[in-house]
Amino acid sequence: MAKIELKDIRKSFGAVEVIKGVSLDIRSGEFMVFVGPSGCGKSTLLRLISGLEDITAGEMSFDGQVVNALTPSKRGIAMVFQSYALYPHMTVYENMAFGLTLEKGKPKEEIKKRVHRAAEMLQISDYLDRLPKQLSGGQRQRVAIGRAITRDPRVFLFDEPLSNLDAALRVATRIEIAKLHESMRDTTMVYVTHDQVEAMTLADRICVLRDGLVEQVGTPMELYEKPDSMFVAGFIGSPKMNFISGKLAEGFNAPTVGVRGEHLVIKPSDGVWSGEVIHSENLGSDSYIYVNVGSEEPVVVREDGATKHAVGEHVEIAPIDGRVHRFDKAGKPIR
Amino acid sequence: MTTETMVRPAVADSGAKRSELLAQRVRAARWFLVPMLVALAIVAGWPLLRSIWFSFTDASLNDLYGAEFIGFDNYLRWQTLESGRTIYRGLLVDDAWWNAVWNTVRFAVISVSIEAVLGIIVALVLNAEFKGRGLVRAAILIPWAIPTIVSARMWGWMLNDQFGIINDIMLRLGLISQKIAWTASTDTAMTAVLIVDIWKTTPFMALLVLAGLQMIPKDIYEAADIDGVHPVKQFFRITLPLVRPALMVAIIFRVLDALRIFDLIYVLTPNSPATETMSVLARENLFDFDNFAYGSAQSTLLFFIIALFTIVYIWLGRVNFDGGDR
Repeated sequence: MAKIELKDIRKSFGAVEVIKGVSLDIRSGEFMVFVGPSGCGKSTLLRLISGLEDITAGEMSFDGQVVNALTPSKRGIAMVFQSYALYPHMTVYENMAFGLTLEKGKPKEEIKKRVHRAAEMLQISDYLDRLPKQLSGGQRQRVAIGRAITRDPRVFLFDEPLSNLDAALRVATRIEIAKLHESMRDTTMVYVTHDQVEAMTLADRICVLRDGLVEQVGTPMELYEKPDSMFVAGFIGSPKMNFISGKLAEGFNAPTVGVRGEHLVIKPSDGVWSGEVIHSENLGSDSYIYVNVGSEEPVVVREDGATKHAVGEHVEIAPIDGRVHRFDKAGKPIR
Repeated sequence: MTTETMVRPAVADSGAKRSELLAQRVRAARWFLVPMLVALAIVAGWPLLRSIWFSFTDASLNDLYGAEFIGFDNYLRWQTLESGRTIYRGLLVDDAWWNAVWNTVRFAVISVSIEAVLGIIVALVLNAEFKGRGLVRAAILIPWAIPTIVSARMWGWMLNDQFGIINDIMLRLGLISQKIAWTASTDTAMTAVLIVDIWKTTPFMALLVLAGLQMIPKDIYEAADIDGVHPVKQFFRITLPLVRPALMVAIIFRVLDALRIFDLIYVLTPNSPATETMSVLARENLFDFDNFAYGSAQSTLLFFIIALFTIVYIWLGRVNFDGGDR
């Protein structure tokens, strides 16, 4: 249970400033996701919260208590690493109990209870005697999560925990983490990812970072529906939002307009834009049709089911009413 | 029945193919091993067998090929005098030999223990990030790179009782009141040899341990920081267990080397009973005293002592040369 406040946090490595003044409130019990392209500083920001890196300037507090100078263990955090970071020479049980056994005056029974409870939550009770190298990637990641749960932290930190898993396991573990958040409602969770799908599906709120600065903070739907910039609009949502500028956007009275593929329809006539189908991707449940309307990149239109439009066909497309995002020259929305 | 006859040929067929592949691999492996086995047989196997053979003969340098088999007489023989007293002779009751064994074992245990501790410390320092680390890493290798003869001579001068810099410095600092004959005095000869050997081989130990340290992923130390593990505990509970396989291999290399030590002692403290080791004594008998058969017996025993040490060490330490631990 902790409310985390960041006030104008800065971090430099030598002459390079990586975090350039981030102010952010993370609510108690909230699942906050940091998302952004690689190099945006999201992992560094997480490491600043964890205490693994020193803060260069600014103030960070947990529940009003300034933690700038506190070591990681004194902050009451637990962290799950991308690489799992399990102790290779210890069994699963020892990995999970190690931190606790070193705390003075912790009764053995209590440690055992906590480890077993965490192991049951993650269904790894059968592997407690095994070494990490005898486990699969997914099992290792569960152990890493289990180790974090065992610490009973105020703040739970995840650093791209799913990146090393294969696609199917990634979805399964994502659901596990969502369930974990449900069952640990008091624990504040901060999660770093570059995958906007993970961000959308897990987050209570998302913080989009870009070049060491906060681009926008909001619930997944706020970011999806009301992006504060072209950057956020392009980053959130899959497939990426279509941006059309110049002459083609003149009808909307804006330098650039953005429309998501799912908000475009193909019409027999009277479309806003028209062009030739240059490629289509059929995913079974839906299909993406790439239309060359004369903009820089082809416009992607999402259709339900298999598409009937063949490559080379001339089509007219139009946005659904009210689903057009208008942006000014600086990339800010015109509302 | 029908199914059985139907299935069997298919199984036999695939089994035959697989064993064909396996046989081909085994054949290839054998061909790759042959050059090494031949080289080992010529440079190690044959001389070893010859030495063992000579140890059971009365061979001398003048008449190596006319040597006659005399059984275990070089190791132990006894003679009952008319007075009824039995006199034992041979290597197993030779005080000089057991003195050499004691010297060798003492030297090996002390030098390797100190080298291991210093090596770990040096490796930990070199593993940390600091300016000029590359230079220091290269510089630390210098003692290891200098030929033993050269470093023994160099240290011989530094430890010289009349002109040595070490006596001079210690006198000026007031640590000693009179000059010490480091290499000549029986009290200090072993210390002198130990100092030089530790100076010379700590870098080797440090480099092997450093290689082991660099295999340890950095992130588990971050996990330990988050777990609140004190740095000292991190060393004993994480670093040491994980570097153990590398350390065990480094130690066994050094123990084997130390048990065979010859050149350093031969140059630094010749003819000192305080430092005479098995190799030095065996060489003396083989070539200086013209006791070729007796020297061969000593060499043979030296071989078996080293083999015993190695086997016991591997068994006790559960060293896994396939890499990894447990």
